[in-house]
Amino acid sequence: MAIILRLAWRNIWRHPRRSGLTIAAIAFAAALLVFMITLQFGSYDMIIDNNLKVLTGHFQVQHLGYLEKPKMRSTITDAQKMAEELRKINGIVDIATRANAFALLASEKRTYGVQVLGVEIMHEAKLSTIPGRIQSGRFLSDDTAQEIIIGDALARNLKVQVGDDLTLLGSGYDGSIAAAVLPIVGIFNTGMPEIDRGLIEIPLTSFQEIFSLEESAHLLVGMAKNLDHLETVLTQVRAKIPDSSLVVLDWNHLNPGLFQLIQADMINSWFMYSCLILIVTFSILNTFLMAVLERTREFGVMLALGTKPLSIGQLIMLETLLLTLLGLGIGLVIGGSVTLYFYVYGFSYPGMEEIGAQFGLIDVITPQLSLFAFMLGPTIIFFFTMIVGLYPALRIRKLKPVDAMKSV
Amino acid sequence: MKLLIILAWRNLWRYPRRTSIILIAIAIGIWSMLSMSAFIRGMMEQHVNDTISNFVGHISIHAPGYRDDPVIDHSMPQPNEHLLHLLNEKVWAARVRVPAVVSSERETMGVTLLGIAPAQEQALSFIADAVTDGRYLNNVEDKGIILGRKLVERLETGLGKRVVLGSQNHSNEIVERGFRVVGIFDSKTENIETQFVFVGRHIAQKMLQMQDNISELALLSKDRNELENLLQKLRATSPDLDIQTWQTIAPLARVIVNVFEGFLFIWYFVVFIAIAFGLVNTLLMAVFERTREIGLFQALGMKPHWIVGQVLFESLFLLAIGLVVGNLMTWVTLILTAEGLDFSRYAAGYEMAGLSSLIYMVLNMSDILTANMLIIGLGLLASLYPAWRATRYVPVEAITRT
Repeated sequence: MAIILRLAWRNIWRHPRRSGLTIAAIAFAAALLVFMITLQFGSYDMIIDNNLKVLTGHFQVQHLGYLEKPKMRSTITDAQKMAEELRKINGIVDIATRANAFALLASEKRTYGVQVLGVEIMHEAKLSTIPGRIQSGRFLSDDTAQEIIIGDALARNLKVQVGDDLTLLGSGYDGSIAAAVLPIVGIFNTGMPEIDRGLIEIPLTSFQEIFSLEESAHLLVGMAKNLDHLETVLTQVRAKIPDSSLVVLDWNHLNPGLFQLIQADMINSWFMYSCLILIVTFSILNTFLMAVLERTREFGVMLALGTKPLSIGQLIMLETLLLTLLGLGIGLVIGGSVTLYFYVYGFSYPGMEEIGAQFGLIDVITPQLSLFAFMLGPTIIFFFTMIVGLYPALRIRKLKPVDAMKSV
Repeated sequence: MKLLIILAWRNLWRYPRRTSIILIAIAIGIWSMLSMSAFIRGMMEQHVNDTISNFVGHISIHAPGYRDDPVIDHSMPQPNEHLLHLLNEKVWAARVRVPAVVSSERETMGVTLLGIAPAQEQALSFIADAVTDGRYLNNVEDKGIILGRKLVERLETGLGKRVVLGSQNHSNEIVERGFRVVGIFDSKTENIETQFVFVGRHIAQKMLQMQDNISELALLSKDRNELENLLQKLRATSPDLDIQTWQTIAPLARVIVNVFEGFLFIWYFVVFIAIAFGLVNTLLMAVFERTREIGLFQALGMKPHWIVGQVLFESLFLLAIGLVVGNLMTWVTLILTAEGLDFSRYAAGYEMAGLSSLIYMVLNMSDILTANMLIIGLGLLASLYPAWRATRYVPVEAITRT
């Protein structure tokens, strides 16, 4: 084995320039894939995280059919007690209770239709980024406080500031008119136009009073400690909810666009990666093939001296393997350094901010540092070069010693 | 010269297998460049067209302040005769467009009320052809309302049922009016279905007590490139109005175009580098195995630049054949996808990104030229290295080498 390894090593460096170029080609593809895949996965993590953290959460408990038709009457009775029960489950960061209604919001000058969210002050901060995105004023203070926070675009449209009063007008649970005059205590900016333009939050208890909800609410929003273990958490959550009129939905059901966006992007990216890998594979197939063809005479002599065709095949595969591993190694180092650089400093390009705001990519992308993201590209290249390497190696079996020795 | 070309051509086919392999690499390369750019161009084109037909038009005219604060206070009179003169022969529409609230017996939703002149919208926006249930509005006096399918579901209403529309008038009072649902429209994007409701323009003006005033005027020009000229003329005629092209009204479309163009260019270079490795290596091998032959040429008096020329011609032939094959492959791809690439399985995702999930590939002449020239130009540049290596052989040494 040792001798075959030495032979292979020396054979590679017979043509340092050619081997160097081949290694460079593999390294180039590997480095590029490492960088692009880590960046791609990083941006997915960020899109998922930023989107879910704004409002959706990792999962929600709601009344059957509420997702399609958010009706005032599709409620969860004694929601806060149930939330308290669910918080005991291991693996859950927190659960927040929310109530939801449509209402007219009027300032002195303007009236707009908006989504009103009743939130639990204590728990909302861990589940939603809105409390941390207050631009002026402050977040809601207490579950029973009579106050309101609104998005900055809505504040602009209503021509109001912190301290102004807003009139809320909607219809309550029992069909009665729900009305209240509340002071604005804070204005938030999430960067997502739809939310900044059309959402307001008030304390949950106040919401329940204004809309005659009593102890009911519409949503229990939950966040798991680890998104990868969401399923096990959800099984426990389901076990604690006996009522068959309630459903537990994961983020994928709550926000199908998010997952589909990622899938669609995956298809485009893999089209590009496949093209790149194919081009590089064909480029190096030539090197492998030539390395065998020009040594026909040498192989003839080896065969004549009694070397088995299999051993020569092994030798060639070993050369391929060494070349590929060298290339992948260099590629991993280069790609890894670039990735690390952007991991520290963040990656961004002009125009990204405007486009990204639509789906929650706020300023810079941080590549995902995971073994899987690092190794995926190089592994695929490895398999492709090995398959390509088989072709010249198999040709050895066709060689006849005498004819081979005659060839120039 | 002729000899050089013959030599290069024959050298190419000494090893048909090697030549074919590098040809495949080049062909895949150019194919991937062109299909990628056709795909992205198609996506962008679709996005721009959707933007324009979502009531933006090529040029939009508003009262000053409307774009910041789109309410009834910022409305304007109907176009005067100077403006009308410019609008002559153009497709244009005047609309009332204000925020409103629509309620059925069961639900209430916030929407954008569009008071339209149905005939004017015909060639301008998507709505005229989008009504799939019931009918489109007949004229500006039509007392019916058209809602999006998703909105109808949310409101739990239906064709023939009544809904109440509420909005603000000039004195900040809420004005309401009942409408019968006469039509339901479908759109590629759900947001559009829930955002817009359509009524006759006169009815909207009466309801909002705004006389014959309008919120916006949108127009289409025959040629998108002529816009700047038209914009200047319009602004000169009506200096007191806010007149903008679609690029200002919907800035995102322009940003997307810029980002994708940058991205395409990077992709071109990546593909080129991948090809270059194979090309240079193949040529280096070809030169190396002909060491003796080249030495002999030189001994017989062939000038070094002839040798360079010979290698470059070989490279040029490789590139040209590869490009022809790759372009043909792209052409076939375009024919096969003429019906559009259907990504409707991921429709919700595309919608999040503001794109349509049915994509028609669009190949620009300039993209074809850029990609092909880039590969030929840079390919020849990269081939200079093996060509230069070939001239470095010392004749006597080269001939004696086996």
